[in-house]
Amino acid sequence: MKENKKRFLKGGLGQLTIPVIAVALLVIFNLIRDPGFFSISITHNNYGNAVLAGNLISIINGASELAILAIGMTLVTAATKGQDISVGAAAAIAGSVFVKVLKSASSISVGTVILAFLCAAVVAMLFGAFNGTLVAVFGIQPMIATLILYTCGRSIAYWINGGATPTVESPIISAIGSFAPGIPIPMPVIIVIVVTILFKLLFHFTSLEILTQSVGINQSAARLNGINTTFIKLLSFILLGVCVAVSGCIGVSRLGLINHETLLLDVEMDAILAVAIGGNSLGGGKFKISGSIIGAYVIQMLTITLYAMKVSSTDVKAYKAIVIVLLVVIGSPVVKQRFQKFMGNLKKGKSETKGVEGA
Amino acid sequence: MKFFKNKRKEPLTDTQLLMTITICIFVAMYLLAMLLLQGGFLHAQQIFDLLNDNASLIIVSCGLTIVMIGGGIDISVGAVTSLVTMSSILYLNGGGNVFMSVLLSLGIGLAFGLVHGFLISYLEIQPFIVTLAGMFFARGMTTILSVNPQKIDNEAFNAVRESKIEIPWLGYVAKNGNLVPARMELGVVIALVCVALVFVLLKFLKPGRNLYAMGGNQTSALMLGINVKRTRFMSYIISGFLSGISGFVLMLHTGAGNATNAAGMEMNAIASSIIGGTLLTGGVGNVIGTFFGTLTLTTIKKIVVSSGLKDPWWQSITTGGMLCFFILLQSIVLSRRNKK
Repeated sequence: MKENKKRFLKGGLGQLTIPVIAVALLVIFNLIRDPGFFSISITHNNYGNAVLAGNLISIINGASELAILAIGMTLVTAATKGQDISVGAAAAIAGSVFVKVLKSASSISVGTVILAFLCAAVVAMLFGAFNGTLVAVFGIQPMIATLILYTCGRSIAYWINGGATPTVESPIISAIGSFAPGIPIPMPVIIVIVVTILFKLLFHFTSLEILTQSVGINQSAARLNGINTTFIKLLSFILLGVCVAVSGCIGVSRLGLINHETLLLDVEMDAILAVAIGGNSLGGGKFKISGSIIGAYVIQMLTITLYAMKVSSTDVKAYKAIVIVLLVVIGSPVVKQRFQKFMGNLKKGKSETKGVEGA
Repeated sequence: MKFFKNKRKEPLTDTQLLMTITICIFVAMYLLAMLLLQGGFLHAQQIFDLLNDNASLIIVSCGLTIVMIGGGIDISVGAVTSLVTMSSILYLNGGGNVFMSVLLSLGIGLAFGLVHGFLISYLEIQPFIVTLAGMFFARGMTTILSVNPQKIDNEAFNAVRESKIEIPWLGYVAKNGNLVPARMELGVVIALVCVALVFVLLKFLKPGRNLYAMGGNQTSALMLGINVKRTRFMSYIISGFLSGISGFVLMLHTGAGNATNAAGMEMNAIASSIIGGTLLTGGVGNVIGTFFGTLTLTTIKKIVVSSGLKDPWWQSITTGGMLCFFILLQSIVLSRRNKK
């Protein structure tokens, strides 16, 4: 009984402590600042659909791409002890392929959209496999291996569409980017839920989760136990490729055009941040997908909060940095230790004074 | 004499091998450019132009090499450089004097280094996240200071900026018969001094040797009695300090402040260090290699432009291709050595 209580005090939610605390702090802060911040209203959009609107919806909707990327990034981080910094560039490539296929079709139907997505996914998976090969086969540090694609990815995207920023206009595309008729929830949110469920199913029916963790914790031990470490690492990059394609296509659908320079710009940093805020070690090993997803929403909530406080979009970064530092300092092992020691001393002091009183 | 002989027999270390490869490739590439493209590449001024344009990148790469040898990473360098440029320019335009602006630049760099170092070494937070936050903060502060591009109108500073070192015997005779001496900016001298100082630190001084030990294997470094935390702290302080210098040098070069100054510089600096033979895993690296890495990276861009591929995307694609080549080469060379 005592042990249980102790454990609860020590970790509480374990890995999820920091992201949950962050969400709670942001919610409380916003409620104090503006009690109506989280109110949700039903409005009608241009197509006459009844849709949900409000800050909460825009937070959950806006973080969709980031959340999906964070899922893949968590896997890569866990398996390879490093991060992929090319996701933004790869998403621009995937988006360009998506638009290219849509443009070459005579009319845009559900079938062509699916075909375009599949093409984008295949291309993104190929680039993921390229990164993965460098990391898994040649044993190069992930950050360095993906630096290559980070450097030239957006130029490849530029080349795919011949330097133009073509637009695609179709009710199907705008439905994917915002709201489908008859469904009040934004489509990207539904896609995030579907992707999350798919990954959960993947982990449930295969032993991928355990294999990835064991490769990340001790690669040589994993290999000696008969795990194909090369394949697991490669697979993590390919799965990230799928995530990249999904978020790239969402990004394109939101705007209805592909801009290779600005699509998901700097998203790689946010994705890595989401993984770290989610309590996952950037040094690989154990991971929790849910942590990373919450981390993505924390980042978006922070951004929207700052926007609501009339901070300009270019200045947001400075305030974001302060919050990030605060979060990681709270989560730092040294600070945790000190805090526990301090609490322990406090308790000791209390019990001593109690003892004195009792005597 | 015996000592000398023994030393000669030692095989090249990983650091030296990778550095030698880089220098060879740089020389080969430059000679090839001289043969095939001729034009500007035949003049010594071309090399000075490379140095003039990239003095701040060289300085930043030195700092990054130190951090990377220690097994860490600092991605805030470009943003700090940009912040230093912007704040110094605003200070100078507000009527400040040049000496104080140097101190301001160094102070900002040092402050970033101190905070990063403290958070990373004493609070044991992952370096990527800390310096990412530093990068966000510096970029955000730059735009808070001014969104609009700023131009320097401080006479004393402009006088310093205009002073260039002329080397007549490396010059060339222009078409009208006048001798055009090779020109080198003040920033290049600062950059070369930085490279030399960092070289001495890494090669001959105790903190530098500790850094290699720590990057190679932290646990054994700890057991050897090396103060790992202090060494790591030091590496980030130096990196921050060098970013401060780099900001000032960039200001000397461009004479203008812009929120997008030094955009992407951190990745260029990381790429330069890698091309120069520094491993991100730590323990292997050399600042001379980094210097040549920077030159290699910038020369290839110059070659692409002068061979007529003016589209901006050609530059990044060739840079990516070259990075890929160097990274694969290093990995193959190292793995073959380890097998032996």
